[in-house]
Amino acid sequence: MSNMIASLYNIRLLDELAEKTTIIHNLHPLVKVLTTCLYLIITVSFNKYELSGLLPLFFYPVIVMALADIPVVPLLKRMIVVSPFIIGIGLFNPLFDHDPVVILPWMQISGGWISFFSILTKGVLTILAALLLIATTGMTRIAAALGMMRIPKVFILQLILTYRYISVLIEEVGRTVRAYSLRSRGEKGIRFSDWGSLTGQLLIRTLERAQRVYYSMCCRGFTGEYNAGSEKRIRTGDILYFAGWSLYFVVVRYFNIPATIGSLITGVGR
Amino acid sequence: MSHHIIQADNLKYTYPDGRQALNGVTFKILHGESVGIVGANGAGKSTLLMHLVGVLFPDEGEVRIGEVPVIKKTLPVIRQSVGMVFQDPDDQLFMTTVYDDVAFGPRNYKLPEEEVDKRVKSSLETVGILHLMDRPPYKLSGGEKRAAAIATVLAMNPDILVMDEPSSALDPKSRRRLITLLQRFAHTKIIATHDLDMVLELCERTIILKDGKVITDGPTVEILANEELMEKCGLEMPLGLQNCPVCGAKKAT
Repeated sequence: MSNMIASLYNIRLLDELAEKTTIIHNLHPLVKVLTTCLYLIITVSFNKYELSGLLPLFFYPVIVMALADIPVVPLLKRMIVVSPFIIGIGLFNPLFDHDPVVILPWMQISGGWISFFSILTKGVLTILAALLLIATTGMTRIAAALGMMRIPKVFILQLILTYRYISVLIEEVGRTVRAYSLRSRGEKGIRFSDWGSLTGQLLIRTLERAQRVYYSMCCRGFTGEYNAGSEKRIRTGDILYFAGWSLYFVVVRYFNIPATIGSLITGVGR
Repeated sequence: MSHHIIQADNLKYTYPDGRQALNGVTFKILHGESVGIVGANGAGKSTLLMHLVGVLFPDEGEVRIGEVPVIKKTLPVIRQSVGMVFQDPDDQLFMTTVYDDVAFGPRNYKLPEEEVDKRVKSSLETVGILHLMDRPPYKLSGGEKRAAAIATVLAMNPDILVMDEPSSALDPKSRRRLITLLQRFAHTKIIATHDLDMVLELCERTIILKDGKVITDGPTVEILANEELMEKCGLEMPLGLQNCPVCGAKKAT
């Protein structure tokens, strides 16, 4: 049960990290959202057999993580939670795709494995980028940036309230499960027969709680628009950040850097 | 200052599940008054407060804040002049830092950021937690959370403060601090609570609710000292008015 309570504090870690004031945190949120979007598009645009071309894209999360002073382990833990889904998507590729692909003159791997690893890498990269965006910007500022991009208000509100609802839900789950475990004579987990009533209770309670939170927002003049405070203007540094990364992503997309370096080295070797 | 008058006229409200929570509540609260609303559990206190800020609307009757009736159209005005402190501060604190939480209201009214900053800092200073400005609200203690919740309301510069159980779940020291704080406020105050000793200290007037009706409305000292009346309403005289629990000596009246 303590895991449950601990995860409650973990879920807020991203929010806490977002309050730091590093060089990355101080960038304009719009610039970070755009950079992340571009990064995601470039990452998924790679052909399923182009594994090596993806590798230079690892620079982006690594550099952002270092500059924004974001700890690696908590992010990796979150990646592990999502990894079964990614593995599930690519799992059958090695079984059905047996076309051999030549890696090195003396080594052949089936295309299925290559595409499996390519899906895995793309998954890792895109999730890392999304997590980093939240950890360096915070949900409210992301919402403000989406507003600047003229995304309809209703979607932004949905996003923000869903994000808030997660912590409301987890708090209630934590309390319910703790109360359950205290009366369940040391059993592990929750008995199958109790799942129905427990989830039903949870739904009703979290809905009520969410309703109260919403009321309290309304009482303070909330009319469907989340105001994160007036954002700073976009500065030259922000534009340079976006331009720099864009250039890098485009170069990575059109030139297979690892292959080029490899051929250069082998060329020199000859 | 007529717009600080709160008038409830024959309020009736039935919850969707059929429970009648208010059954003809009528009262008038004047500018600068401090009124305690007491009653047993389920008497309709919280429902009544919800009507004062337009979270719920009556099936019959109406609420007026000054000249303005509380209806959907007038809510922006109403909510600027009536600030509500919820029973559970966790319901009221949902942003990532205390500062952002307090700034939430003023920002919704599109105030310039310098004004927002000024209001946030002065409200936090008033409740004595300016130093907690950058902390995440869920890491505060119960008393600090309550103070933060009050600050979120103060930042809206309301004329009227409506509070639901402000002293619940507070340790004695935090409760004392809260009472001292509220004593300093010149706002019109409406406090729904079970803490009758606090009512005795803060409110010169008390309204007792029972089964959704006003049973009595008058000077606090007279009402709370009326043992028979209190008993009838499922209440008890405040400890401050009871005999000494050790020697049984009567309280001086």
